[in-house]
Amino acid sequence: MQALDKKLFRDFRRLWVQAVAIALVLSCGVALLLTSFGMYQALDDTRAAYYERNRFGDVWLDTRRAPETLLPELRAIDGVYAIEPRVVGAAILDIEGRSESAVGQILSWPEDDDPLLNVPLLRSGGYPAPTSTRDVMVNEPFAEANGFEIGSVFHANLNGQRRELRIVGTALSPEYIYTISPGGMMPDNEGFGIIWMPERAVAAAFDMEGAFNNLSVRITQDASEDEVIDALDRLAEPYGGLGAYGRAQQISDSFVTSEIAQLRGMAMVVPPIFFAIAAFLVSMVMGRIVALERSEIGLLKAIGYSDLEICLHYLLLAGFIAVVGIAIGWGAGTWLARGMAVQYAEFFDFPYLLFRVPGWVYAISGLAALVTTMLGAARAALAAARLAPAIAMQPPAPPRFKRSMIDVAMARLRLSQPTVMILRSFFRWPGRSAMTCLGLGFAVASVVAASFVNDALENIVDVAFYQSNRQDAMLLFTENVPETTIAEVRRLPGVLQAEPQQYLPAILRNGPLEKSLAVEARRPGTDLSRVIGADGEVSTAEPGGMLLSERLASQLDLGIGDMVEVEFLSGRRETHEMVVTGLVEQYFGLGAYADLDYLNQVFRQSPQMSVVNVTLDDNELEALHARLKDIPRLSGLIMMNDTRRSFQDTIRENVVVMNTVYIVIAVLITVGVAYNGARIQLSERARELASLRILGFSRGEVSYVLVGETMLLALVAQPIGWLLGAGIAQAMVGAFSSDIYSMPLILKPDIFSRASLVVLAAALASALIVRRRLDNLNLVSVMKTRE
Amino acid sequence: MAEVIFRTEDITKVYDTGEVKVYALAGVSLELYAGELAVLLGPSGSGKSTLLNILGGLDHVTDGRVWFRDLELTDLNDRGLTRFRRDHVGFVFQFYNLVPSLTARENVQLVTDVAPDPMPAAEALELVGLGHRLDHFPSEMSGGEQQRVAIARAIAKRPEVLLCDEPTGALDSKTGVQVLEVLKTINDQFGTTTAVITHNAAIQQMAHRVIQFQDGKINEVHVNETRIAPHEIVW
Ligand SMILES: Nc1ncnc2c1ncn2[C@@H]1O[C@H](COP(=O)(O)OP(=O)(O)O)[C@@H](O)[C@H]1O
Ligand SMILES: [Mg+2]
Repeated sequence: MQALDKKLFRDFRRLWVQAVAIALVLSCGVALLLTSFGMYQALDDTRAAYYERNRFGDVWLDTRRAPETLLPELRAIDGVYAIEPRVVGAAILDIEGRSESAVGQILSWPEDDDPLLNVPLLRSGGYPAPTSTRDVMVNEPFAEANGFEIGSVFHANLNGQRRELRIVGTALSPEYIYTISPGGMMPDNEGFGIIWMPERAVAAAFDMEGAFNNLSVRITQDASEDEVIDALDRLAEPYGGLGAYGRAQQISDSFVTSEIAQLRGMAMVVPPIFFAIAAFLVSMVMGRIVALERSEIGLLKAIGYSDLEICLHYLLLAGFIAVVGIAIGWGAGTWLARGMAVQYAEFFDFPYLLFRVPGWVYAISGLAALVTTMLGAARAALAAARLAPAIAMQPPAPPRFKRSMIDVAMARLRLSQPTVMILRSFFRWPGRSAMTCLGLGFAVASVVAASFVNDALENIVDVAFYQSNRQDAMLLFTENVPETTIAEVRRLPGVLQAEPQQYLPAILRNGPLEKSLAVEARRPGTDLSRVIGADGEVSTAEPGGMLLSERLASQLDLGIGDMVEVEFLSGRRETHEMVVTGLVEQYFGLGAYADLDYLNQVFRQSPQMSVVNVTLDDNELEALHARLKDIPRLSGLIMMNDTRRSFQDTIRENVVVMNTVYIVIAVLITVGVAYNGARIQLSERARELASLRILGFSRGEVSYVLVGETMLLALVAQPIGWLLGAGIAQAMVGAFSSDIYSMPLILKPDIFSRASLVVLAAALASALIVRRRLDNLNLVSVMKTRE
Repeated sequence: MAEVIFRTEDITKVYDTGEVKVYALAGVSLELYAGELAVLLGPSGSGKSTLLNILGGLDHVTDGRVWFRDLELTDLNDRGLTRFRRDHVGFVFQFYNLVPSLTARENVQLVTDVAPDPMPAAEALELVGLGHRLDHFPSEMSGGEQQRVAIARAIAKRPEVLLCDEPTGALDSKTGVQVLEVLKTINDQFGTTTAVITHNAAIQQMAHRVIQFQDGKINEVHVNETRIAPHEIVW
């Protein structure tokens, strides 16, 4: 090995604590890039492959009942490549050993051939035989969650008939990567299942012989989705069409899409911050090393080493840091990716998600880290190369201190000499001080941003689950039932309180703008399900008017007092002009609310409802579930307490994980910045500090200079960090808000103080570690070394 | 007449520090001969180091010309000068300039790694009387020993010229004498043209020739009829 390379290794060994501190920051960037980009890639590729192989639909259409004779016309629509009619229905399931009822989504299995579109991927067993009335195939997660095997049986209430069903196969479907029941908030594999049943049996059960109520469509490559949707809606109109929609509104796909977008956003935004901080640290440390090694550089040049060799020597030193950072980053990233894969496996049902991060993502993240480090080291390395050999042999001129306004001010304040030293060096290198503060600011911001998300989510959950929805359960009916049914519900065991509510699928129009959604109708003064605004106040739809969420109003360009055209897609499918009487700010959903009695009046009908909200006596739950399975036309049951609990468990788990991750990140950044800063200070000030000691200053007083400057920088960094954190929070609110969601910008004072506490403590610890070197400072040798 | 190794023709070196122009060299014409040991004497700030740096290809002249044998150094660019240093010159500095993270042997290897025809590092250290301290780090050696490592490093490439800038400047007289002994031995044994800068007048007595500097100019050159050995020098 060449002597110069030995110097390289020994220098690195001497610097390893500093190097590792930087490498850890760098590794955060690498790991996050690896995880988010790798996961993004894996998810995107897998989804594309899955959709292609299993012919995922492009457009869907639900109707009340359309005759099969309509099919040729639908097939002939311009841009339609293939269609698949189905009969779909909902059923309350009775599963042995499970006291609560489950809900099943019934899908018809075509009689003559395998499905053309949304082809389920068989996981075990086989497809149900066309003539069987009892055999079904279910989605694999449902089977696993309930411990079903091939041959297991369960009962279903099919349109009022209790039937025994036997599982002959399990499958996964591209339509249900994210499997969530209608009206549900979270996937619940145990309580919600997809059930493929032979067409003939389904049609018989739901009175759909010769008809269908659901259509999947695949469009040709050059077709316009909007035009196809319009054509479908026109043709389906007479048959109770409920509005065709594309993938953007397909529940499963829109969830996967938003996850993918989030990963991509994360890959674009977060790692560069770490890379930038690492580059700054590298440049600071390398700058100091080159300054310290001036005479060695001069010597190497005098001996005959070329500028390039010297430049490379210092770049290589930085390269070591990069290598360590990349290695840690790859390790941590691989581990994180695995953790994330587990997370995804919980939420998404992919048949073959390749959770392996592609090799080239490793290459990219490594390259990014290397380039960043090199950029950080470039200035110092070039300075080393440019150093004139003769000048390098002379001691550097002492830095020029000029008297400035600040000095005058300091003199006025009669500060002690150590304090003056701290302040002077703070202002002497304003660029370095600013960058250090910015680096520490990012550490603060990382904690602020993470805590903000938690608070925001908590607030959303509180408003949605505790203030707006206070019912213990929601009973969903297949279609509108007379409100008198509520008397039956009240007679059920354990039901304490029952309130009717109605969901009416409708299209809201204002000129060319339109939105299809479900209008929620309730009575004024209902207690269990209420509309709560972001301000925490209860809003009520006035009779004769609509209450709209602000998001919906702005998408339709409507204000209070404007008229909105509402085309109701159920019942008599009437269109009414209604006045907007109120707006309410909400975190999610495109809410449109009306008064139940007013709507009944408009429709000239006796009171109807589609949902009953109930409160329950916990002691009678089992008796209740036993009876529910027998109520006709009950299509679903949402146990709000279960939902709340699982939502909160998930959030709590995420909160712990996220807080830990971001606090670790903040500590890494702080240590990286503060430790290196203090080491450089110590090296620059060694003589000065030794002089102070020789002059009789105590160890404590001298430590004060060193620790004081670090803490001064850390303190100045706090407001910067708070601002950065608030800015990031604001950006997250912006990035998060979509057609469906928005996030409240809640910044509680305690998240700022917590962030500051974490960073100040880490900074103090870093400075104290460096301070220990002060004790070992050999006063004589420091004064003797030439610099 | 011995062969001329270095020749300078009316060289000047001006440092422009903004407010004032400093004439570090104000017209210096000089020849150094093969095999001679020349001492450059003069007060601090008289331009000795500047001249030595220019001869060694570490610095550029402001005006005038410099030759190393037939090679005109004033024509060379940085790359050419680097090559020239690598192939022909050995330097010894006042503050030794050892790399602290390398042992004595490895410090010498820094040179032998890049020189065209070096001697083994151990042999060079043997020559300066440090054969027993090959694997010591600079921090484990005295100033005189460190300077001898620096000399070993300078001679390990078998240079034609050895340029020493105040090699004893940081040493006490006893260790300083040891260092001068080594320089004399090298000069005697290998005939290496050696230029030694000093502001210590006592040292001039060991030289073949003494060149006196004053205010960036050569004041006086004289040849020593009788030289004395370093151990006879006292200061
Ligand atoms: N890099 C420099 N910038 C400005 N002035 C310099 C520089 N190097 C040397 N000088 C000046 O040139 C003059 C000669 O310096 P030098 O050759 O080092 O003298 P000596 O080695 O004889 O003590 C001195 O006045 C010194 O201040
Ligand atoms: Mg000098």
